[in-house]
Amino acid sequence: MNAVTQNETQRPAAREEQNGSRGYLYPQVNIAETKDGYILEAEMPGVNKESLEVLLEDNELTIVGHRKFEANAELLYRESVPRDFRRSFVLDPAIDTAKINARVENGVLTLTLPKAEQVKPRKVLVE
Amino acid sequence: MKFQRPNWPAANQITNLRDEINRLFEAPFAEWTRGSDVLNAWSPALDLYEDKDNLIVRAELPGLKKEEIDISFHDGTLVVSGERKHEKKYEGSETAREERFYGKFQRSVELPKAVNPNAVKASYKDGVLTVTLPKTDEAKPRQITVNAN
Repeated sequence: MNAVTQNETQRPAAREEQNGSRGYLYPQVNIAETKDGYILEAEMPGVNKESLEVLLEDNELTIVGHRKFEANAELLYRESVPRDFRRSFVLDPAIDTAKINARVENGVLTLTLPKAEQVKPRKVLVE
Repeated sequence: MKFQRPNWPAANQITNLRDEINRLFEAPFAEWTRGSDVLNAWSPALDLYEDKDNLIVRAELPGLKKEEIDISFHDGTLVVSGERKHEKKYEGSETAREERFYGKFQRSVELPKAVNPNAVKASYKDGVLTVTLPKTDEAKPRQITVNAN
């Protein structure tokens, strides 16, 4: 597993601490690696540009999606988990963190994490 | 002497197992089986609300286009179906992690009250589908005036 992410940080205890007993929901993610970098997609239904936070601290990237649920109606049946999304990833040191790009469309966050120029594979000409 | 390395599961298997366990403790059981690899099918979460005039169905369908969602209503049952296609979007990419579900889905809800099938409205925003089904007059709560004599 060489993801964005060599190790993913998963610290349920810490997460609980930060948000009382409420907890967060883990968004499901896909991570693809290309020669230029990584592309991370996270499913966050109900989250838009305004309710999304992407935090970078040292080498750790955290995505947070705040959500609102129907408030003016009575709930009869529920399958969704009415919580905010949150998940953290440890970044591959090759990523140029200044160039990370985030976009959210139809409840899916797409993060583009380019690798720094010097670590991209380069073709060396043999004379 | 020969040492044998214990047969550890691969690192990603551990992570996945931990994901599953986290999910098990974070969410009701139904949610866990629904979203997990165990059943390996996409079954989007569906909620049902009621207000004075409407029944409201909310479905989490991230990453679809609105044209890819089919909604039908028949005999008091609302059916939401569609397909999320697995597009190979990134040229020359390798998959490092894949948790999202792809393929067809279908969910149906039997509505607890009579609704007017001609006035059903649907909207899709931020990956959430909201279907508003106005109750028939008979199904609405009625105020009965007490006549004094």
